[in-house]
Amino acid sequence: MFPIPIQKRPLINQISYRVLIPISLLIWLIPLIGIMLTSIRGLGDIAQGNLWGVPSEFLLFSNLKDVFQNTPMLSYIMNSFKITIPTMIGAVALSCMTGFALASYRFKANLFIFFTFIAGNFVPFQILMIPVRDLTYQMGLYDTVTGLVLFHVAFQTGFCTLFMRNFIKALPNELFEAARIDGTSEFNIFLKIVLPLTRPAIAALSVLIFTFIWNDFFWATVLIQGHHAMPITAGLKSLNGQWISAYHLLSAGSIMAAIPPVIMFFLMQKHFISGLTLGASKG
Amino acid sequence: MPGSTQIPYRKSSWWKLNQQRLTPWIFLFPGLVLFLVYVIWPIFNSLYISLLQWDGLSPAIYVGFSNYIELLDDEYFYISLINNIKWLIFFMLAVPIGLGLAIFLNQTIFGIRLIKSLFFFPFVISQVVIGIIFAWFYNPRGVIGPFLEAIGLGNYAILADEDFATYGIIFAGIYPQIAYCMILYLTGLNNLNTDQIEAGRMDGAKGLSLFKNIILPQLRPATFLAIVVTVIGSLRSFDMVAIMTQGGPWGSTNVLAYYMFETALSEYGYRMGYGSAIAAVLFTIMMFYILFFIYRMYKSEKKGL
Repeated sequence: MFPIPIQKRPLINQISYRVLIPISLLIWLIPLIGIMLTSIRGLGDIAQGNLWGVPSEFLLFSNLKDVFQNTPMLSYIMNSFKITIPTMIGAVALSCMTGFALASYRFKANLFIFFTFIAGNFVPFQILMIPVRDLTYQMGLYDTVTGLVLFHVAFQTGFCTLFMRNFIKALPNELFEAARIDGTSEFNIFLKIVLPLTRPAIAALSVLIFTFIWNDFFWATVLIQGHHAMPITAGLKSLNGQWISAYHLLSAGSIMAAIPPVIMFFLMQKHFISGLTLGASKG
Repeated sequence: MPGSTQIPYRKSSWWKLNQQRLTPWIFLFPGLVLFLVYVIWPIFNSLYISLLQWDGLSPAIYVGFSNYIELLDDEYFYISLINNIKWLIFFMLAVPIGLGLAIFLNQTIFGIRLIKSLFFFPFVISQVVIGIIFAWFYNPRGVIGPFLEAIGLGNYAILADEDFATYGIIFAGIYPQIAYCMILYLTGLNNLNTDQIEAGRMDGAKGLSLFKNIILPQLRPATFLAIVVTVIGSLRSFDMVAIMTQGGPWGSTNVLAYYMFETALSEYGYRMGYGSAIAAVLFTIMMFYILFFIYRMYKSEKKGL
């Protein structure tokens, strides 16, 4: 155990540690607490500079109502779901297959393909931007949810393949061999043996992809123009321009944008972290 | 074998003979094709476009390396490049700070799990939201402004200050990155080899020397990953700049990622060729790290085979 467990320290250290923890947490979260406090305030408080004190009125619901009535916020949120969920399903499904292929078969191009997926996953978005925008345009999918989803699925397949391949590779190979000797077809090995065993990996990838895509801003800016298909990140940016000083409304909107990934994270914390820290404990 | 089914053995059918060889390609096909079309091909296409003069609509003219030559004389390109270096240097602070936080939180007291997750929060939230929050913090009429006024610094707005605006954005950008590094190190600390630590302690290693000689070497994989994601994160700094300053004031907060976007796809013009040249520079810088990462993975693959 490192550092030495606090319980083995003198009492005075134990007490100060327990005091220090909530204080440091409070300081760490000041930005987030600030935005939550602001979202319940009215314009009056903000104009008077009452940002940290007790709000003079509790206006969270009226602020939220304002946001939903006067902006396309609801449509932004729906679009975010329409973009995020299909991407999540698509990328995870494709990478189960690619990951299986790269993990359990030996063929010449295997490592090369694997490293292509990894390398592609790290390139700066800007080097893809113009051709991807062009391609989407030519397919008639510019400014549509479908166009954005297609790109997201393709790009996320890189990361997901890396993850899936390593996960399947770590499964005991004897399982597949035994099944083959039994005469099980390769497809049934995939469906009946591999898929059930990769459930934890599927869960980890799903939450990660959900968060990545929900929070994507760049591609939403590049491939979407109109409010009809805009996800919440790009929507917030356009509201940011309109409401220069309406911070109570902007914070209410920001909170709406933050809630889904936060909930996802809390529900699937273990999977989320195991996905992110891939390789941090070994290798 | 759970779930395995006996399939009637059809002798010498073509499929039966080639199944082992063909199956991986069938499984690879959809994912690989999509990836090649949307990720690999565009890289080469962009490199080609960087040799053109093209506004995206009218016919493109091949101009050789003149876009790159123009870059050499472009003041804003240098500003962006230098800002990228600032991002890179200061972003690296996220690694030791994340390590410090992880060590601080690596205890087992009541509620520590919840506390760790709350510390991790900034990473889960969209950078757009973080950018909006910090922009508001920096606003003279926002949070820090009144405070500065109270201590007599007047209504100073860091994001409007040419010399310091970039640091204001980097500070906001580091915030979620620290959380990411922290979680990597927490996992690393969780997987430490207890025997080695106890042995070290028996030998009288304490505090700093224990940390340097026994803990840090064991945290190498976490450190490696933390550095990789932090470098990539710093070079991908687009969202924060777009939200907080849009490259301003007077281009002083531009980074390559944003400058490229601005040149190719904004009211400043549709210079696809020139934008691609900027992207190619960014890509070259990133490629250096990608190759380093792949080389390491390749080595560990070879060991594993």
